[in-house]
Amino acid sequence: MPRHRKLRKVVAPPNFKGYRPYGNQTAKAEAVELLYEEYEAIKLADYDLMHHLDASKLMGVSRPTFARIYESARRKIARALVEAKEIKTMYGNALMDKSWFLCNECNARFTIPKTVTKRACAICRSTSINSVVDSQ
Amino acid sequence: MKTIITSTGNSKSDRFDLRFGRAAYFCLYDDETGHVSFHDNKHLAASHGAGPKAAEFAYELGAEKVISGDFGPKAKDVLDKLNIQMAIIENDDQTVGDIIGIIK
Repeated sequence: MPRHRKLRKVVAPPNFKGYRPYGNQTAKAEAVELLYEEYEAIKLADYDLMHHLDASKLMGVSRPTFARIYESARRKIARALVEAKEIKTMYGNALMDKSWFLCNECNARFTIPKTVTKRACAICRSTSINSVVDSQ
Repeated sequence: MKTIITSTGNSKSDRFDLRFGRAAYFCLYDDETGHVSFHDNKHLAASHGAGPKAAEFAYELGAEKVISGDFGPKAKDVLDKLNIQMAIIENDDQTVGDIIGIIK
């Protein structure tokens, strides 16, 4: 079993669900799936003009991993432009805030509201859980 | 405790729906009585606000836990305020019946 992916911290999710090409009758119905972390990588590197190292720290991943996310993002956008494909944004491995927990048994993510006193997985009831932030 | 599982159809053999606000059906499961019921998503075709409306619907049904594949930021805010627990399962190859089997 591969090591599970660290969740990438995303400050704000994209403000859109996707982009669609127009003026092209032969456009394929298939869409390119841009993950939230890839959108965040493009935003940090090319919109906020941050250095990769600073951007990687902000997202809670190493610089090489940031570079891979960024590269994947650029390639997906290029593919969408050249092949006139729709872009859809997907949640991916993003982490939006601190309230999520991760179950070590079944890999489900869940929240624990104030009314729940037991610290156990919401799916399999395993007590082997970590805060998503702590496990990074 | 009542749990809502998002579903693509209205039977236990239908697949789990990864979307919350735009899930086709909500399956309400009561682990005390074992009762399972399916409810249409009335806001499926809404142009906006499907997530928060689904969250309010979950509250009206008396659910304390919601299992889906993803929660939008607005739906998450509402569910947080209503103290409803959210759980995310990322693979959609399970049926609603499978998930009920796990949480039983």
